[in-house]
Amino acid sequence: MYSEKVMDHFAHPRNVGEIPDADGVGEVGNAKCGDVMKMFLKIDGNVITDVKFKTFGCGAAIATSSMATELIKGKSIDEALQLTNKAVVEALDGLPPVKLHCSVLAEQAVKAALADYYRRQGVDPEPIVGKLDDDVHGEGAACGV
Amino acid sequence: MDHIIYADNAATTPVDARVVEAMTPYFSQCYGNPSSIFYSVGAAAGEALAAARASVAKSLGCEPAEVFFTSCGTEADNWAIKGTAHRLAAKGKKHLITSCIEHHAVLHSMRALEKDGFSVTYLPVDSQGFVRPADVEAAIRPDTALVSIMFANNEIGTVEPVQEIAAVCRRRGVWFHTDAVQAAGALPIHFKDMGFDMLSLSAHKFNGPKGVGALLVRRGVLPDIFMDGGGQERGRRAGTENVAGIVGLAKALELAVASLPQKAEKLAALRDAVQRHVQTMPHVHINGPADPARRLPGLLNVSFEGAESESILLFLDMAGICASSGSACASGSLDPSHVLLSIGLSHAVANCSLRLSFGVQNTPEDAQAICRALTDSVAEVRRRSAIYSE
Repeated sequence: MYSEKVMDHFAHPRNVGEIPDADGVGEVGNAKCGDVMKMFLKIDGNVITDVKFKTFGCGAAIATSSMATELIKGKSIDEALQLTNKAVVEALDGLPPVKLHCSVLAEQAVKAALADYYRRQGVDPEPIVGKLDDDVHGEGAACGV
Repeated sequence: MDHIIYADNAATTPVDARVVEAMTPYFSQCYGNPSSIFYSVGAAAGEALAAARASVAKSLGCEPAEVFFTSCGTEADNWAIKGTAHRLAAKGKKHLITSCIEHHAVLHSMRALEKDGFSVTYLPVDSQGFVRPADVEAAIRPDTALVSIMFANNEIGTVEPVQEIAAVCRRRGVWFHTDAVQAAGALPIHFKDMGFDMLSLSAHKFNGPKGVGALLVRRGVLPDIFMDGGGQERGRRAGTENVAGIVGLAKALELAVASLPQKAEKLAALRDAVQRHVQTMPHVHINGPADPARRLPGLLNVSFEGAESESILLFLDMAGICASSGSACASGSLDPSHVLLSIGLSHAVANCSLRLSFGVQNTPEDAQAICRALTDSVAEVRRRSAIYSE
């Protein structure tokens, strides 16, 4: 069902955990739909120096969270803002079609954490991060509850 | 994988070697068409078919003429429900009653009938998955054609009070069908004494082959013809019979029925061993009847709060253990199980459910290995979980 890359990130997820003194925390999804992703960022200047995640969800949800953290760790905020769900999927050598929404969730989790960072700085995140979709699940009709 | 522990026997079972042996002659030796009775290879196949029909009748307490072989349990369910609906619609009976925890073979047949203008009552169940016979009685209307309630539920193992429900239906003059796909070969069944009008079963759930099932139909009950064509199955289900499969179904049922109490005791011991273990873990719910005697002997459905089903399944698979999720997520649909929601679980808890179903090939060592793997898997999945805290 899953690629070797996905299974590797599922079995050995990178950056699991929380950052107690995080500079930005984002949470997306809901338990009703079967996935909740929480992303913690440590930001120094313009650089994401540390990132951790906790995810309730399926194998793809864990793998996309893990891959997303790898792709933004050590990168600038601008680079992290460029992260797309497509890039996450490609880095994992693909996902089954029914699991593509997990990659959307991973992208949204990163953006939600960055939005929180800007809010804490007293900056309106919307012009920078964009409008966050509250219901990622609506798009693919994945959950529907 | 050197050793696989298969604990998904409610999905399907391995075919018993004695069943394979009984089936083998009917592929290349006695390959005749059972309808070709004027030469020996045809006659031999015809005799095997008759013997299988007699054997199934004996195993389940009905007449041979009441046994109709089908291609699977789903076909038997479709036939019983749609065949009855279309037969009795002519008499103005266009209402059917079922429960909300039936298998999709029943539920989707009902939905299809609704699109054709029939009306259907979906009875609720209690928190253990039981249908109340009084609810059935209250739902019966003058235009009710059929009540269809499963013998035992495939996800949580609830054994429904089908005998009581059959009695209600008989008294009210309504045909009663039971989907016994999980029950046949697992629980004692006597078609006549239990008062059923129709009963569906499938061979691959009791160590028989896939691709063959049966619908038992009481004499005097007549759902519409399912398949038009030749005169097979008394002209009601045409098509050259799957002789080897039918022989296999009969043999597997004979074997299961002959060892029913021992089989039930063995499976219940495995189920209870794992249940006792998971009950020592924190934040766990057992789904289905609290009384193990009212649950399928080999079935355990459990929710591990905060640990999503598919993640647990993937870890179990890495440990060589095959199980199934209470949620249908792993099988491609992301909606949680209609059965778990019907017994009152929240979506969040339903998404954390696992079904283990034991079979005759499982051993106490398998149960121990499952206990160890569950402890590790659930702990690891919870460690990553965004919604779990000790």
